[in-house]
Amino acid sequence: MLDGVGLALDAGDALLLTGPNGAGKSTLLRVLAGLRKPEGGHVLWAGIDALADRTAHAGRVAYLGHQDALKAGLTLRENLLLAARAAGSDPDEAMAALDLSGLADLPARMLSAGQKRRAALARVMLARAPLWLLDEPSLGLDSRAIGLLEGLFRTHRDTGGIVIATTHVPLPLAHPKSLVLPDPNDAARDDARTSLDDAT
Amino acid sequence: MSPQIPALILAVVGRDLRLAVRHGADTLGAVLFFVLAGALFPLALGPSPDLLRRMAPGIVWVCALLAALLPLDRLFGSELEDGSLDQLMLTGLPPALVALAKMAAHWLTTGLPLLFAAGPLAIMLGLPVPVLPVLLAGLLLGTLVLSLIGGMAASVVLGARRGGVLLPLLVLPLATPALIFGAAALDAAQTGLPWQPDLELLGAFLAAALPLCPLAAGAGLRAAVE
Repeated sequence: MLDGVGLALDAGDALLLTGPNGAGKSTLLRVLAGLRKPEGGHVLWAGIDALADRTAHAGRVAYLGHQDALKAGLTLRENLLLAARAAGSDPDEAMAALDLSGLADLPARMLSAGQKRRAALARVMLARAPLWLLDEPSLGLDSRAIGLLEGLFRTHRDTGGIVIATTHVPLPLAHPKSLVLPDPNDAARDDARTSLDDAT
Repeated sequence: MSPQIPALILAVVGRDLRLAVRHGADTLGAVLFFVLAGALFPLALGPSPDLLRRMAPGIVWVCALLAALLPLDRLFGSELEDGSLDQLMLTGLPPALVALAKMAAHWLTTGLPLLFAAGPLAIMLGLPVPVLPVLLAGLLLGTLVLSLIGGMAASVVLGARRGGVLLPLLVLPLATPALIFGAAALDAAQTGLPWQPDLELLGAFLAAALPLCPLAAGAGLRAAVE
């Protein structure tokens, strides 16, 4: 699906992945997270092949998918417990940072879409990972929550973290780099044209 | 990283247990199925105590096997559907240990309750009380084997269309050795023959499944999130 895409980021950088639906933004994020093996190409972390040991790579990334991955039957705090245990971080701190403290003991099924998104973002924060991979992080967030997100991004980048986010709407990231993935349908047309050229 | 691994496994198991308590009806479903299915046999075969006593080992074992299958479909399926599987794969645990933790949770929420229900069911079918320890020892080993094999099969069919239909077709043939040894031990105990060799074979089967099934399941989980 993706071909000839290259990117390199330094500590403190942010990258916005944009492109039409189906361009492969989420796929690229999953490859970077080590959830998916690329058919070709490399993912390097500090010059070392990051996907050689995908379990070790998991410690470097915090991944937010398009689903919030919350269990409806567990309370908000219980939902965050595993991520907190894995990184040795404090769920209450993360919930406070995302203005969720009052909801900590509510079952996740009673949360609104925006609250669930904030809970998923709290889990990203709990991972204490240098690389944040966020698939449309602002989905369903109100302007106040976007403000909180801006603060999270700033703190994370100030401490040397990297943010890579896909988005269709502007995100509160200062001076982001940008990568626009091409429309796969255009690429298919190009390929067709190239192969025709080869044939003639 | 490595001293953290046992704590993380416990955290995954604890999370599953908490979920099992919150969804109590789903958890009890397998045990109720086990008791109900076992209770149907006297109705279908007639109340002859001799016949029931002879058939009790087979009935208890087959019903336990089928009951353990019920929650397998959701073991990884629900994790895949809501995106939790991605997060589980990123906790820093090797996939095989994620699978092992889920299998342990399956045993604690299905295998262990089956053990508690097996005694009353066996007595109801007329199994002599002195033979009960052999039944429970066999079922202890057998349900562990079923959780391992079932977890492996559940991860392999994960993401497949009609995985729920495929699952029993994969698990049941693989679980036949456990069924054969478990029921044979009971038969032997009832007729006064030595039952230890059968349980030892069952234990050997468990010893082989313990490392192999989580490894295979881990590979299945990796493939499922791709």
